[in-house]
Amino acid sequence: MAEVLERVTKIIVDRLGVDEAQVKLEASFKDDLGADSLDVVELVMELEDEFNMEISDDDAEKIATVGDAVNYINGKM
Amino acid sequence: MKLEGKVALVTGASRGIGREIALELAREGANVAINYAGSEAKAAEVAAEIKEMGREAIAIQADVSSSESVESMVKQTIEAFGRLDILVNNAGITKDNLLMRMKEADWDDVINTNLKGVFLCTKAVTRQMMKQRSGRIINISSIVGVSGNAGQANYVAAKSGVIGLTKTTAKELASRGITVNAVAPGFITTDMTDQLTEETKSEMLKQIPLARLGEPIDIAKTVLFLASEDSRYMTGQTLHVDGGMVM
Repeated sequence: MAEVLERVTKIIVDRLGVDEAQVKLEASFKDDLGADSLDVVELVMELEDEFNMEISDDDAEKIATVGDAVNYINGKM
Repeated sequence: MKLEGKVALVTGASRGIGREIALELAREGANVAINYAGSEAKAAEVAAEIKEMGREAIAIQADVSSSESVESMVKQTIEAFGRLDILVNNAGITKDNLLMRMKEADWDDVINTNLKGVFLCTKAVTRQMMKQRSGRIINISSIVGVSGNAGQANYVAAKSGVIGLTKTTAKELASRGITVNAVAPGFITTDMTDQLTEETKSEMLKQIPLARLGEPIDIAKTVLFLASEDSRYMTGQTLHVDGGMVM
């Protein structure tokens, strides 16, 4: 769990250029972390690569917060 | 050379305009994936011609109106060449008839290949191009997509749709270094126009200020421009290459 969060956090920091402290589980990509729709699509793509999994378009649409991403990945691992 | 080290995927590249586009991109240094629907032997000829130039080429059979088929084609291209810089959406068919006589199936077939095909191919390459933070998507529309043409409701609707799709895709992907432009050819000498009667041809020529049909190379040169760095500040545009038919 902790390891997933760490890896997800690193990707978010790299991709969105935000401070690590801002990447909280409840933080919304769009509202809190300044991501636009395309940024979220790209984040999902990077998560797929990082965790070697496929995230369907339907599932991807439900990922809005850091916690959503972490829970989704944990659920698939 | 303008495209040294670049990788291009050209749909419908075994014949006509697509063939010339594939060859021209290769002449300028690109390695090329040649998509074809049915003409396996002709696609192999194009691949062989490109290999003679010292570039790499593969021929890939795929129906552009099937997402499964398209995804596999893009995967094969990236596996073969390691990247993908240029997509030319050229594959197209015609099933002409007056609107009153047009069968629903003929409408669907043309829309599926000529419009949905562009959507599916674009969607499939976007991931790779976004990762690369660069890419060139060039859609082959048609001048009749701008002007309309009696007897081609399905074809015109699709080609006009491609222009709108070009503009929207251009807006969505601009921030990721991907440009999307369209080319609208007029009457070009291909198998399609060879079938016309002399009378139809002479009628057509009256509408063309430059008073001749275009050659596939005229379109290929424009695609080359849009695929190269020379057009880096252009996106969402449709270039008319039609001898001045529609201004």
